[in-house]
Amino acid sequence: MAEPGPLDRRRFVLRGLALAASPLLAGCDRLSETRWIARLLQAGEGLTHRVQRTLTRRRALAREFPESARSAVFPGNGTTDPGTEAYQALAAAGFADWRLEVRGLVERPARLSLAELRRLPARTQVTRHDCVEGWSAIAKWTGVRLGTLLDAAGVRPEARYVVIRCADTMEGSGELYYESLDLEDAYHEQTILAYEMNDQALPVAQGAPLRLRVERQLGYKMAKYVTAVEVVAGFGHIARGRGGYWEDRGYEWYAGI
Amino acid sequence: MTDGPASRTWLYRHTAATRLSHWITVLCLLVLVPSGLQIFNAHPTLYWGERSDAEHAVLALRAVTTDDDELRGVTEVWGHRVDTTGLLGASNEDGERVARGFPAWATLPGSQWLAMGRRWHLFFAWVFVLNAFVFGLYAILSRHLTRDLLPVGRDLAGLGASLRDHLRFRFPSGEPRYNVLQKMAYVSVVVVLGPLVVLTGLAMSPWADAALPLLPALFGGRQSARTVHFALTFALIGFTVTHVFMVAVTGIAGNLRSMITGWARVHHHGGRDG
Repeated sequence: MAEPGPLDRRRFVLRGLALAASPLLAGCDRLSETRWIARLLQAGEGLTHRVQRTLTRRRALAREFPESARSAVFPGNGTTDPGTEAYQALAAAGFADWRLEVRGLVERPARLSLAELRRLPARTQVTRHDCVEGWSAIAKWTGVRLGTLLDAAGVRPEARYVVIRCADTMEGSGELYYESLDLEDAYHEQTILAYEMNDQALPVAQGAPLRLRVERQLGYKMAKYVTAVEVVAGFGHIARGRGGYWEDRGYEWYAGI
Repeated sequence: MTDGPASRTWLYRHTAATRLSHWITVLCLLVLVPSGLQIFNAHPTLYWGERSDAEHAVLALRAVTTDDDELRGVTEVWGHRVDTTGLLGASNEDGERVARGFPAWATLPGSQWLAMGRRWHLFFAWVFVLNAFVFGLYAILSRHLTRDLLPVGRDLAGLGASLRDHLRFRFPSGEPRYNVLQKMAYVSVVVVLGPLVVLTGLAMSPWADAALPLLPALFGGRQSARTVHFALTFALIGFTVTHVFMVAVTGIAGNLRSMITGWARVHHHGGRDG
């Protein structure tokens, strides 16, 4: 055999390093799959949640931008079309037959049409959308404050959370998207159910006819294709019990960071 | 006073607080850097400003498919493209070429798993912050900061000579005090890099932004803060590599011993407490 050239030697050293590193790396990956470590790491979420809420004003508003700051292109992430027959039929009719259900722990459950929502006092805000993946985009949103709907329905004293039900299933999982907020966020000034984006009816890719905006949290909290607002005392009984589609898949319920 | 081993040439160099905080920081960086790269990989592009407009990318690690149906990694910096297959943009994971910003060996977890990367990162961010806070308080109250770390006029006067010596690889060893370059390096990490990396991290938090609207603006917007956070990471890696190199060439055994036990052997005695 020929003498190993410098390239072979380099490759040999690199391979040696990779070999030495691989049990270490595999060990790290095993740590991530160890239940008590995953639980311990999750304690960070509780700490962040408590500290951020303690140190900040409850009513602090997310920054609102001038219209000129809007993104030319706003990415449509997650589901960009629910694609079900029922949804397509609703969309074809301009969502005239679509209804938003307000239900759960409320005195006066309701079913509201898009026209009825548009008749309620509206809020418009130009805000930045921060995706958990790392990107940001700015758009103008118009809709009705979630607090307005909750007040109209009369929230019962045992209520703790508001669950947002959606029409879309993700990634062929067959599970409907959903999200949940505590009452503090639900009643926040900027928490709206938006039916307009950039002065146009909400596009299908952005959750037509109605999507949630929770401006102090990450994008995955802002459920699209909303079908119902459900007031609950707890969300442990819903889907996998962690309060949202992505939360059920390991993401934080408190998405303020 | 330092009443350690009998020899008068031993110096109690690092207090328990310094040593503990040093090793906690080591652990934090070992988790924060690779989990941060895992999070970065979810969107391996950096921008300047508030928004992430595709046409204003500062740095992008992309995967492109060639005409021969081969996946190649491309790194784009200010529009200049470099093929970085195997390292950035596209690399092997379990023997298969996949599109990913940083390679599997550099991220925690190794495979693409954003939720878990966030858990590691946001937990150890707290450990890092609390440790830094306690160390900062200790360094100020014990006067470790003013006495040992901040360079004084005499140090700065010797800057040129120290720089010359270091460049000739003539390192001072066994001196009771930090030399001026050490002081400047440590102070810049403790007073500048550390706090900035935490602030830019927080500037990416939509909740912190609502409470402190000036925070992201300070860095030119949320996406700028993300870019600065990324750059600071590599500044910290650069410091660490230099630090470990200096530790190795100035007597690794003695240096490690003093950062573990606190005791260092010095040429001439005279503790810093005089």
